Amino acid sequence: MTKSNDLTRLSLADAKKGLQSKDFTVKELTQAHLDAMKEKKDLNAFVLETPELALEQAAASQKKYDAGTQGPLEGLPIANKDLYCTKGIRTTACSKILASFIPPYESTVSQNLLDAGVVTLGKLNMDEFAMGSANMNSYFGPVINPWTDKEGTKSYVPGGSSGGSAAAVSAHMALAATASDTGGSIRQPASFCGLVGIKPTYGLCSRYGMIAFASSLDQAGPLTRTVEDAAMMLEAMAGHDPKDATSLNIPKPQYTQNLGGSIKGKRVGLPKEYYLKEMHPDILKKWDEAKAWLLDAGAELVDVSLPHTSYALPAYYIIAPAEASSNLARYDGVRYGFRRDADSLDALYEQTRSEGFGDEVKRRILIGTYVLSAGYYDAYYRKAGRLRRLIAQDFEKVFHECDVLLSATTPTPAFAFGEKPKDPISMYMNDVLTVPANIAGLPGISVPVGLSETGLPLGLQLVGPALSEALLFDVSLVLEKASNFLSMAQEKGNKR
Amino acid sequence: MMITLDDVQKIAWLSRIRLSDEEKHAMKDNLSAILGWVEKLDQVDTTGIEPLSSMHIPEMVCRTDVCHHTPMAEVITQNAPEKELNMFTVPKVVE
Repeated sequence: MTKSNDLTRLSLADAKKGLQSKDFTVKELTQAHLDAMKEKKDLNAFVLETPELALEQAAASQKKYDAGTQGPLEGLPIANKDLYCTKGIRTTACSKILASFIPPYESTVSQNLLDAGVVTLGKLNMDEFAMGSANMNSYFGPVINPWTDKEGTKSYVPGGSSGGSAAAVSAHMALAATASDTGGSIRQPASFCGLVGIKPTYGLCSRYGMIAFASSLDQAGPLTRTVEDAAMMLEAMAGHDPKDATSLNIPKPQYTQNLGGSIKGKRVGLPKEYYLKEMHPDILKKWDEAKAWLLDAGAELVDVSLPHTSYALPAYYIIAPAEASSNLARYDGVRYGFRRDADSLDALYEQTRSEGFGDEVKRRILIGTYVLSAGYYDAYYRKAGRLRRLIAQDFEKVFHECDVLLSATTPTPAFAFGEKPKDPISMYMNDVLTVPANIAGLPGISVPVGLSETGLPLGLQLVGPALSEALLFDVSLVLEKASNFLSMAQEKGNKR
Repeated sequence: MMITLDDVQKIAWLSRIRLSDEEKHAMKDNLSAILGWVEKLDQVDTTGIEPLSSMHIPEMVCRTDVCHHTPMAEVITQNAPEKELNMFTVPKVVE
């Protein structure tokens, strides 16, 4: 019988094989994760735990295995970012304004995973309303990165906004987690926590039941420890949904059938604008090593240019807050959530929203309101929309010269608490390499490829044309294998 | 771009967010910095470029015009902080 802490070390794929071969039961696998959650409470990854539900689901899944009718992710313990409405289970977007909200319906993405047979362990911490890059903006307190440096004296941020999802998977409390990405909130925490994180093409996953931040940018995606696991999760999560008018009406993708195709002859573009002077030297080193690995696998390298790259972040910080100001107007204390009563309707709104929202959320609502207001709408919002088209056109042109782009995911590895950027703009710079893919609606994946001098994970990013997720998985597999990150993490992993 | 306290007050009112004086000052500085940074966009000549607002959506998706009657008033109001007879209640708005 496999020991309990060995069960949490399995990949999603290997756990499934183990259940199929009856090496262990769904209950044993689930209990191992529930135990891990108790052990690592200090990371603050979970904001709600659902152990009774998990064990009920485990029993039902075991029956399926016994009958041979198991689904693609049957009995596999995962957890959901607290952004996804889970029917009858508190969902808060980690905001005080939704602290008591119990959705009467399930999001399509989490329902798809339930249909595939998953066991759900609970809801995961995040930056409030998905606004943040360090999971320091949560009503439920910050999340701590399971990774630390060689000295082991400091606590590091896991990245954001999907910090809880990243910490849970990285600390082996869940085999995989759902997350979301509007400006980098899957890929950046993946990079900071040594995980694989993919933001698919806009429209691949349904946004029904996903608490909205910026509707033209938000996308659901998984955080996992291996590339194969990411393919398994995304395959289950994705699919057309008539309840989401922005959901792509295409056949359900099949990634797991065709994983690991040769990348011989594939052209990997190296965008010159993604070399930043602020970049950490260890990341630059990894970028260079990765080029060699890809050449070994038969790929070709091409120098390319995305001339409007430097405008992506400013455009994002107009478009995203504008859309957020509209989406967050619904939180008014009337139909759900926190309410601070007052004598007049306007005072009710003002008091509820002032008390219910955190500072970063208020900041973004105010920016958004400003750029949409009379006299500024053309100068800011429509101007940003024009830059958005130019940025999307840059990618369109570049994908005639190459098949996929390789860059770093973040300019630096995870930073320590207390070393956090003091002003919002420096914090926003964390997203400079990830935001362009959201602006253009293109798929991007972050793959862990090594450790910094101080022992923190480093990730590289691949961005491809729309609906090129299968190619992204194939190239990622090359990086995963060549970097040997998984063994490195096991041996040298400086985990708390 | 210099944002004034007046601007902050106006935006706060539009957003129905009440800010203390201290918060107004902090927001004024934050917003001025962020807006200064995004003014970089003016460096680019975008004459003749239409804004891009939605991704990959060629046409508006419609559903068939069929009525689905599901009694849901209780479910819809179940999260309301205050309600009466399955209706949301608010402070009086009409004099």
